[in-house]
Amino acid sequence: MVKEILLSELPVGRCGRVVSLRAKGMTRRRLLELGLVPETKIKTIRYSPLGDPTLFQFRGTLIALRWEEARQVLVSLESL
Amino acid sequence: MCYGEDPEYTGAVIVALAGNPNTGKSTIFNALTGLNQHTGNWPGKTVLKAQGTYIFHGKKYVMVDLPGTYSLQAGSAEEQVARDFLCGKRLQATVVVTDATCLERNLNLVLQVMEVTSRVIVCVNLIDEAQRKKIFIDLDGLSAELGVPVVATAARSGTGLEELKVKIEEISFGRIITNPRRLVYDPDIEEAVALIEQNLPGSVKEHYNPRWFALRIVEGNQSFLKEIEKLKWGAPCEPYRISYSGPDSKNHISGSRIHNLTRGQA
Repeated sequence: MVKEILLSELPVGRCGRVVSLRAKGMTRRRLLELGLVPETKIKTIRYSPLGDPTLFQFRGTLIALRWEEARQVLVSLESL
Repeated sequence: MCYGEDPEYTGAVIVALAGNPNTGKSTIFNALTGLNQHTGNWPGKTVLKAQGTYIFHGKKYVMVDLPGTYSLQAGSAEEQVARDFLCGKRLQATVVVTDATCLERNLNLVLQVMEVTSRVIVCVNLIDEAQRKKIFIDLDGLSAELGVPVVATAARSGTGLEELKVKIEEISFGRIITNPRRLVYDPDIEEAVALIEQNLPGSVKEHYNPRWFALRIVEGNQSFLKEIEKLKWGAPCEPYRISYSGPDSKNHISGSRIHNLTRGQA
């Protein structure tokens, strides 16, 4: 059974795979255009000093997402 | 949305430089035009378009450096500047600058630009950086898949710039006819697009790629629809847009474009 969590809850250093996006409209499009389509592997790198945004690594680049965006991405937790 | 006739453009070949943020567009721009537009590594550096000229084989080229964008969907000021310019008439060639070290994430914009215009050259920049990282780019394969010329460059050292100028010349004067890969969307979307295309007035078809125009209407892109309203014939669009009742076409188009890109990848 694969555990599914919100991207905003993916701990630093852990990898996940995008399952689906809960976002709608422009936010959804934005996330898709950044490359967050299902099956994309993503890793949490670190939190900013104030906790938001959070730095993620996917498709060969580092991208910071706000909590508001990250919590709209459903990921499956990759086993360690 | 149309750019007016700028006197500086008279008789010159107009070339646009598009690309994701931070792919080295401004470095290419400076290398080609000999200008020293500010380059720097932070987002939003080039919000307004900068332009410069160069002469190649006795012909004047006006090069327009567009702001870096991930998309042409006009969700931001930068995207709108880029989109409006690319859609405008009289553009003879568009160079899409991509980052060789993370090519995949740049291809979404390439496909979007190819939907607007067929006169596209893909410039795979930072090829020196990619080599250092042991990344090999199959340029011929990429060109065959996309149906447009692909040139590898390392703008900082000048590698590939001559070839880029040659390709720009060949595209601008119609010596190369490209065959851009066309994305086929779901049947219901294609049906709506075909219907709208048939009904577009001739004045629109003269200035815009009809398929692109129709896709944006189906998509219900707000900033685009606002622009259309400014055109005299704007009214007829509305019924067609409403005639498509499928689920959230906007996301569908974006989603299937990206899905198409990443097909077959683990």
